[in-house]
Amino acid sequence: MKKIEAIIQPFKVEPVKEALHKISVQGMTVTEVKGFGRQKGIREVYRGMEYQVDFLPKVKIEVVAPEDKVKAVVETIIKNARTGRIGDGKIFVFPVEEVIRIRTGETGEDAV
Amino acid sequence: MNPADTAFVLVSAALVMLMTPGLALFYGGMVRSKNVLATIMQNFILLGVVGVQWALFGYSLAFGPDVGHLIGSLDWVGLNGVGLEPFKAYSETIPHQTFMIYQAMFAIITPALITGAWAERMKFSAFLVFMVLWATLVYDPVAHWVWGDGGWLKNLGALDFAGGTVVHINAGIAALAAALVMGRRHGFGTEAFIPHNLPMTILGAGLLWFGWFGFNAGSALAAGALASSAFTATHLATCAAVLSWVGAEWFHRGKPTTLGAASGAVAGLVAVTPAAGYVGPMSAILIGLGAGIVCYLAVLAKVKLGYDDSLDVVGVHCIGGIWGALATGLFATKAVNAAGGDGLFFGNPGQLGIQALAVLATLIFSFVVSWVLLKLIDATMGLRVTTEDEVAGLDLAEHQEAGYSL
Repeated sequence: MKKIEAIIQPFKVEPVKEALHKISVQGMTVTEVKGFGRQKGIREVYRGMEYQVDFLPKVKIEVVAPEDKVKAVVETIIKNARTGRIGDGKIFVFPVEEVIRIRTGETGEDAV
Repeated sequence: MNPADTAFVLVSAALVMLMTPGLALFYGGMVRSKNVLATIMQNFILLGVVGVQWALFGYSLAFGPDVGHLIGSLDWVGLNGVGLEPFKAYSETIPHQTFMIYQAMFAIITPALITGAWAERMKFSAFLVFMVLWATLVYDPVAHWVWGDGGWLKNLGALDFAGGTVVHINAGIAALAAALVMGRRHGFGTEAFIPHNLPMTILGAGLLWFGWFGFNAGSALAAGALASSAFTATHLATCAAVLSWVGAEWFHRGKPTTLGAASGAVAGLVAVTPAAGYVGPMSAILIGLGAGIVCYLAVLAKVKLGYDDSLDVVGVHCIGGIWGALATGLFATKAVNAAGGDGLFFGNPGQLGIQALAVLATLIFSFVVSWVLLKLIDATMGLRVTTEDEVAGLDLAEHQEAGYSL
């Protein structure tokens, strides 16, 4: 099993969620996050004064998938989150040691 | 005595009361989230502090029997003699007590305006001491000069319908003294002090605009033609100032902002305050257009001059107030208010001089007394919280609370 963690543009959350749903991803966790990469920050203006804001709003999507589905999940996210412009975000893939469903105590891929 | 006038002024008093919590939200949205409650509290608590001060001796000092054209006597301490019959010098048609409670709301919001200057760094205890002293030694005398029976600026014929000098220039210049004595916030120039909740600021601006109808139209002290004219002038000037501020920043920075719209509204309301009962509708629009641009430039100038007036009290209230007081000397006409005067554009250039004198007297007196009071408090109990508390935020450090717990 792997955990796929994707940091994407906030306005791409809906299309990514829909597309993952279509390839039968059962669940996900979504968090509003802030950060910067090569895009750096943006400038905001209040009462004529400019401020450099380093941390941009992004959304982090976390999905756990069995090995045979990892490639499909990653490709789906790339396909639906890409604009081709700077600031599209990144995807990280981690190994997952164990999954346990709290309600039933099931473990492993059954619990995903 | 007239029941319609009494009802109108009582409702106006309630409207002006709502401006103080409105101001609290206007300011509260502009600070960082760690200081939202402290900022709101510095306004809300003044309803209590100045409300009681006013009844005990403030009203007597401001409106009591004249002493040397400078201040009221202590004859009306504890509202002694402030009864339910009209006091002819102020109004023949409403109870004296109605006039007193209406004026109480002005006495409360004026010091509240200053709190924007020292937002995010002043100690609550020092704030309370300064506010009581300022209300007593600055607001009450200046209110007497302009509005009190026998006050020297009133006798001179200075036109200030609803408080351009007494309220806005007075508070605005005290804000400059405060920003200078207090010094800049920790991190000024290196950290971004970004407003944490602009929807709250817009709501506050809306409440201020709403309450301001009581402030300006209510100052007619009668439900009649003059109140209607002041109401109209107030609204039109404010509409125009929203457009000119937003237009100026759109031209200058490329984007129209909501904070600009809210700031423009307040700038327009400030500028039309002295003029409301003396000018026609088209003059009001010109006053508003001027206010949006003048105040926008004044706010920009702050950055160049380097003082940290956190929420732009000087740029909006002092500069907007000066523009409004002088504009009254330009646009006033007896066609609107026979009891008022004519301005420069209506054949009486002398009025502009009288307006300038009233502005100058208020600027000097308020700045000097505020400066001295702040220095005294700084030397004895200290004005600012520690740097540690400033970084942690005043909500936790001064009030043991958090504005948001999510």
